[in-house]
Amino acid sequence: MNFVLAGGSVIPNFGEGSSCETNNGWFCTEWVRGHWGDTLQPALVQHVELALIAIGIGFVLAFALALSGFRYRLLDPPIGLAADFLYTIPSLALFQLLVPFTGLTRTTVEIALVSYTLLILYRNMIEGLRTVPPDVLEAARGSGYSRAQTFARVELPLALPAVLAGLRIATVSTISIATGAAFVIPQGLGAPIFIALQQNIFKTEIFTAGGLTVAIALIADGLLVLAQRALTPWTRLERQT
Amino acid sequence: MPGEAAELVFDEATKQYAGRSEHAVDHLSLTVPAGEICVLVGPSGGGKTTALKLVNRLISLSSGDIRIDGKSILDFDVTELRRGIGYVIQQVGLFPHMTVEANIGTVPRLYGRSRKWIHTRSQELLELVGLDPSYAKRYPAQLSGGERQRVGLARAIAADPPLMLMDEPFGAIDPIVRARLQDEFLRLQTEVRKTVVFVTHDIDEAIKIGDRIAILRRGGRLAQYDTPTAILERPADDFVAEFVGHDRALKALALHTLAEFDLGPPKKGVHVARSTTVRDALALLIDRHADMLAVTDADGRVVGSLTMDELLA
Repeated sequence: MNFVLAGGSVIPNFGEGSSCETNNGWFCTEWVRGHWGDTLQPALVQHVELALIAIGIGFVLAFALALSGFRYRLLDPPIGLAADFLYTIPSLALFQLLVPFTGLTRTTVEIALVSYTLLILYRNMIEGLRTVPPDVLEAARGSGYSRAQTFARVELPLALPAVLAGLRIATVSTISIATGAAFVIPQGLGAPIFIALQQNIFKTEIFTAGGLTVAIALIADGLLVLAQRALTPWTRLERQT
Repeated sequence: MPGEAAELVFDEATKQYAGRSEHAVDHLSLTVPAGEICVLVGPSGGGKTTALKLVNRLISLSSGDIRIDGKSILDFDVTELRRGIGYVIQQVGLFPHMTVEANIGTVPRLYGRSRKWIHTRSQELLELVGLDPSYAKRYPAQLSGGERQRVGLARAIAADPPLMLMDEPFGAIDPIVRARLQDEFLRLQTEVRKTVVFVTHDIDEAIKIGDRIAILRRGGRLAQYDTPTAILERPADDFVAEFVGHDRALKALALHTLAEFDLGPPKKGVHVARSTTVRDALALLIDRHADMLAVTDADGRVVGSLTMDELLA
């Protein structure tokens, strides 16, 4: 990276270019073209990485928790409560709270991001598993499915629509919250926004980085919708005669 | 995979739930001969569904035994036992995320049957239950209630189980479709010849479907176990008489068809097929204010006559 957050050194993100840039115009295409390679593209890639890792870990963790909470009902309230609690901590506060323990590192950022995915993913997984109709479960048992077969072939696939719905929300919100990572490490699309705010509120950079964040969120959501359609074809059916 | 129909014996089968004084099923003993339909009927609280679920061990016996072809259900591995018993329930319980074909293939898949085998079998079964084979690719959400229950039936017989348990299978279906499904089920039964235990709270359905009827009273005690005719004509006690209804004489008429009568020479009268029940023929006469039936054969030719008096003799 060609900038640092602390230390007050000059950040050559703008200022020597076109009149648009010097006048801090609403949107300077020249700046975007000039800084795509050194600022925007790396930030974009980092942003996607930050979000993907958080969602991946969050998904696995939430799934493990949901399995326990579903199998042992007694565990559900405490897990739910813990996830609720993590979710209510303002993200900026959580980032700062973690710094003394894990430092100004990616780990700090990921821990915070993961903890925000847990509530949505966990709740949707549990709900999905629980909403399997009793008659369907009875038919499965009556047909000679073992407990494990019932879970793998009936409960899990029927939970999928809720799981994917949760994943969509978690993904979009993680991509958005990941901009806050810039308060801890100079990475992700939050970083150029952060810098632009310090540099006279340079509009082009804010708009571009912000726009890119929205764009990734929309693309990720779109991909998940496609996955939803491919994986749960039965959910979109009307009775045809 | 299973095959031939099996004899089913309830031997003092008892279910009592902890903390309840009344039995759910109380020393139930009865034998369902192989290939026959036994209908369990009775008021709610009579334990008919409990008795049914004892057979596939969805509910466990408190005491007594149930034997399938002489082998105690307790000596089976529980999943093995269930795979060998076709199970049909009122809400059908089709797997919403599976196509009709995959639903029908549920048990064959557990037996390790190939996709190809399941495809062929489901085509065959769809035909058998009166659905177009193109239904194979549909999902349950795309079917009507009656169609779902047909698929439920196809799923239950897919692995050719020697025994079927049916828990109010037509209970949630409107009366017209229900009557048709009952007829088709009886036709199906003449083809597949399973031993069937069928639960209903509808005495008319019991009379129509059952080779034998077991009437259970509150507390899960058997009040009478006999053929529909015997139950209607010789109810064991007041409870049974009350349960089958004051119109039992009329109901009994539905158990006989005109084919059982010696017909008079062909005469002018209300045309009615020989396969018609006495009850329906009588209803027709009353409706037309007539008293002479012109009985026809399958091709619609008049082959004989019957007067109302002869009909009721």
